[in-house]
Amino acid sequence: MSLLRDSQCAFAAGAVVCCVVYAATALPAETRASIENFMFKPDTITVPVGTTVVWQNDDEIPHTVTSVDGTFHSSPLDTKDKFSFTFDKGGTFEYFCRLHPRMKGKVVVAAANGGTVR
Amino acid sequence: MAKDEKDNVDRRGALECMIWAGTGVLWTLAGGVPRSSLLGTSEAKAQAASGFTFLQISDSHIGFKQAPNPNPLATLEEAISKVGALPQTPAFMIHTGDITHLSKSEEFDNADQVIGKAKLDTFYVPGEHDLIDENPGTAYLERYARRTQAKGTGWYSFDKNGVHFVGLVNVANLKAGGMGSLGAEQLAWLTDDLKGKSASTPIVLFAHIPFWTVYAEWGWGTDDSAQALDLVKRFGSVTVLNGHIHQIMQKVEGTVTFHTARSTAFPMPAPGTAPGPGPMKVPKDRLRSVLGINTVEVKQGTQPLAITDSDLTKV
Repeated sequence: MSLLRDSQCAFAAGAVVCCVVYAATALPAETRASIENFMFKPDTITVPVGTTVVWQNDDEIPHTVTSVDGTFHSSPLDTKDKFSFTFDKGGTFEYFCRLHPRMKGKVVVAAANGGTVR
Repeated sequence: MAKDEKDNVDRRGALECMIWAGTGVLWTLAGGVPRSSLLGTSEAKAQAASGFTFLQISDSHIGFKQAPNPNPLATLEEAISKVGALPQTPAFMIHTGDITHLSKSEEFDNADQVIGKAKLDTFYVPGEHDLIDENPGTAYLERYARRTQAKGTGWYSFDKNGVHFVGLVNVANLKAGGMGSLGAEQLAWLTDDLKGKSASTPIVLFAHIPFWTVYAEWGWGTDDSAQALDLVKRFGSVTVLNGHIHQIMQKVEGTVTFHTARSTAFPMPAPGTAPGPGPMKVPKDRLRSVLGINTVEVKQGTQPLAITDSDLTKV
């Protein structure tokens, strides 16, 4: 009995460790942003390298998410459409809406250091 | 409302009268001085009988599906059906852009089909919603550039009965944080295009975004329009027709008259009265009173242009 019990504990412990390791190393973080009332919200997003930013257009008019330096550009997003981009390099990425160029935003991507991955 | 017996009606007064009356006011520029009369008076009828008229429509946004108008194709059709009822058949039509909502080919197709029912030569300039196809601007140019031998992003000019019309594009290659933009290449072309024209030639410039800064915070202006306006300041009569803001606004500065048209799809709020320049929701029974087309009349001789705005409730 005790041996069985020990085995079960060991199995459970092993499973937990696997899960923790898996969670820590598997999926990159995702950050959501919204477009509403002709604004990108939040207008500055700070994320670690490897993060996927997902913009959703919650406005009643189409918008685009277009980086100034050409790194990323969405097709026109109608209401509820989404655009995702994974930032695998550090840097500051200014972007705007091609239809309404006064709308501006910025993604600040912190370069990874050491083995810290979220 | 000033009757036109007086030769020198105060410019601001005439303008204010016209805006107060809303629709159905005919106003003319005589030697640079506006005169106004109400539609239906004998003077207006006499005016209608001479010279030629053309139509301006704008912002049909075919493909838009939300409140206050999920069917902009139907309201465009209503607007076009009013063309036949006009007292004088317009010589042609100008569309000041945002023909479509998402630059999709079926949206262009549907717009063309309905606009074609007016059986009028139609001259287009694109709005920003017309240049969001995958290769931006390709769909628009494929459809509309050849007829007018348009250059660059779609600019061109033509003459009708002694009036020089210039279609300009201020919605391409927009820069982050900016408003509308004409760009150096187009301005150079415009310089050349206007060269040698006598100062008495009436000029009509038409482009999507307003050429004066209606409201910078909403992008309602053109960063480099001052350069274009500089090129036309020597002319005795200049009219600038724009769209984009989905409401009527007028301004007179010296010999230049600016006019923005209503949309045939949905209205937008007055500057600063809403969080953003999105569709303004109005009750269904009010919708047609805030959509419309306008007729621009050219009289021969010294009285160049009269602009009459009609909303969709008028027969």
